[in-house]
Amino acid sequence: MNRKLLIATALLSATGVQAADFEISGYVGFEWREHFEEGQYNTANNEQADRQLGLTAEPEMVWSLVDGEHTIVFKPYARIDSEDDERSHGDIRELSWMTYGDDWELTAGLSKVYWGVAESQHLVDIINQTDFVEAPDGEDKLGQPMVKLSLIRDWGTVDSFILPGFRERTFPGEEGRFRTALPIDIDNAQYQAGEEDAHVDYAVRWSHTIEDYDLGLSWFNGTSRDPLFKPVTNNVGVPTGLSPFYAQINQLGLDLQATLDSWLWKFEAIYRSYDDSVKNSFDQLGQLTQSDFGVEDYTAATGGAEYTFYGPFETVWDWGVLAEYQYDSREDGAIAIGQNDLFVGSRIAFNDVASSEVLAGISQDLDSAGTQSFVIEMATRLNEGLKFNVDVFLPMSDDDENLSYQFKRDDYVQVSLNYYY
Amino acid sequence: MNAFTKITASLATAVALMSGSVQAELNLAGLSAEEQGLAIAKERKARDLGWGDSTSAVTMTLRNAQGEESIREMRMKSLEIDDDGDKGLTIFDKPKDVKGTAFLNFSHIDKSDDQWLYLPALKRVKRISSRNKSGPFMGSEFAYEDLSSFEIEKYKFKFLAEETINGVDCYKVEQIPTDKNSGYTRQVAWLDKEHFRGQKVDFYDRKKSLLKTLTFTDYKLYLDKYWRPMQMDMINHQTKKSTELNTASLAFKTGLKDSDFNKATLKRAR
Repeated sequence: MNRKLLIATALLSATGVQAADFEISGYVGFEWREHFEEGQYNTANNEQADRQLGLTAEPEMVWSLVDGEHTIVFKPYARIDSEDDERSHGDIRELSWMTYGDDWELTAGLSKVYWGVAESQHLVDIINQTDFVEAPDGEDKLGQPMVKLSLIRDWGTVDSFILPGFRERTFPGEEGRFRTALPIDIDNAQYQAGEEDAHVDYAVRWSHTIEDYDLGLSWFNGTSRDPLFKPVTNNVGVPTGLSPFYAQINQLGLDLQATLDSWLWKFEAIYRSYDDSVKNSFDQLGQLTQSDFGVEDYTAATGGAEYTFYGPFETVWDWGVLAEYQYDSREDGAIAIGQNDLFVGSRIAFNDVASSEVLAGISQDLDSAGTQSFVIEMATRLNEGLKFNVDVFLPMSDDDENLSYQFKRDDYVQVSLNYYY
Repeated sequence: MNAFTKITASLATAVALMSGSVQAELNLAGLSAEEQGLAIAKERKARDLGWGDSTSAVTMTLRNAQGEESIREMRMKSLEIDDDGDKGLTIFDKPKDVKGTAFLNFSHIDKSDDQWLYLPALKRVKRISSRNKSGPFMGSEFAYEDLSSFEIEKYKFKFLAEETINGVDCYKVEQIPTDKNSGYTRQVAWLDKEHFRGQKVDFYDRKKSLLKTLTFTDYKLYLDKYWRPMQMDMINHQTKKSTELNTASLAFKTGLKDSDFNKATLKRAR
């Protein structure tokens, strides 16, 4: 009998058990973003970046306790940007404790939640604040303090949220891209609620799968993640900046997907309402400044379909074509970007060893022939653990009344390398 | 009543198995080739009923024509469902960039499967189309349909011959997929006469030429009844690529329940 081998095996299995209790993974990344056009808001003493280099890191630490009945996750995130001080930032994406039983689940701490089905915009998704400095698509989110209880029943899943504490949206600095003409005074955000960012928000979502249909109904009550902007003026009344104003809202949401053979049909809609006091105060402000803040109760929706060809042209690709229409009852391109817009796109998953994929699409504002944006996203794996991405975003507008106009010269090509461990 | 019939049937199978060599060879006399093929398939299925649930860890080694390797690692939970296809939850560990991605599958016998994918970076659960049977699984030489559970309803069978594969006496059976979305026009499977375990399968593409060969090795017996291959090798004759699938660990009757397979468990799968 080989005793040494036996001891070695015992030691190995012991460390194996240890490893299951704590695990670290994540990535470090390098990013190079090149802008084709000079910044729209360049001045004598402030120039918007033409080339931004970035370093990113997102480690994830997971402690699994009592045979996985309790899980603690810690996921910090950091970015260093060569040009934009506001884009250099850190966040705790997740620091949470989770436990569960047969038909329930409880999470407490900083965490992230995603709601919705649509691809071109995410209306229903409201729990987490957008980390807007990361990317203009708004898909990066800040960690949100929450207590979340899920009840999983035959008639659906009910997620109930208590959200103690609010995160302000991040905005690029004056030297960054995707900024507004007037700088946003992020240090002086205003709130409707007296508790300001300590206001406790609530949300409930019911979701269920019935055969080929997945649907969700949600309600949110609390501080809007989308700020309104109040002009800041100097002592002679000239606007010098914008102050984010976070109003209280009620929002109802609906998301529905039908998965029918090669078709995916998707629909999302929200109804958002403000208090009369906020609507009145922005009305008065609008009369004073001769502008329309568009602070009214409204409905917005996104709907469309994706069809996938499997193995077209004797390949092993999945080739999808998708179209989504965006509607907003405020019907004003100066207030909402997706007010009457059509997104048409196509994506290919090459199903190769490198998991290569590409997505290309165009968003067209149907109220403004000169307002559209192109997007291309490509990803492939260079070797085990090293992922290579190319992203192209080309916003265009010739309508200075349109919200997109302020980003019209922020076109970029971005190359990034992420190493996963 | 239905459950009782099922228990009786599996008892009958168990008794048949215990009586050993007497029942080991199937009596195929007087049947047509199609009936013989179906009888063999039914026996194969009957011997695999009642496994309940399982958890496993699997490694896939993808090799291209130049011999360059790429590794996939995943863990799977499976639950046997009475009178329907199995439920499965797959968690991906490698490549590292897809770590934490999880896949939930409710397979069905009489309609298309229900499938959801969890993307951990976005924390998003996506319902996906299960229409893609013939596509490569994780860039490997295994198609999705190669990895799904064996169901009688998925094929039309025909007994071809008795042949010896690697010194093991086998039934050679033709299997024509009934699903129009299958990537194959036909499969030829060799099952050993003693335990009805797959030994080898040839896959013929839509142009009816030989595309791939799958071989099963290192069978292990679980719960004194269920044979599982610890290694599966899929070779693509047309591209010269291959994939080796190794089972690193496997356990049955681990106490998994229906409530372990839903969108909530998909999201918290690690």
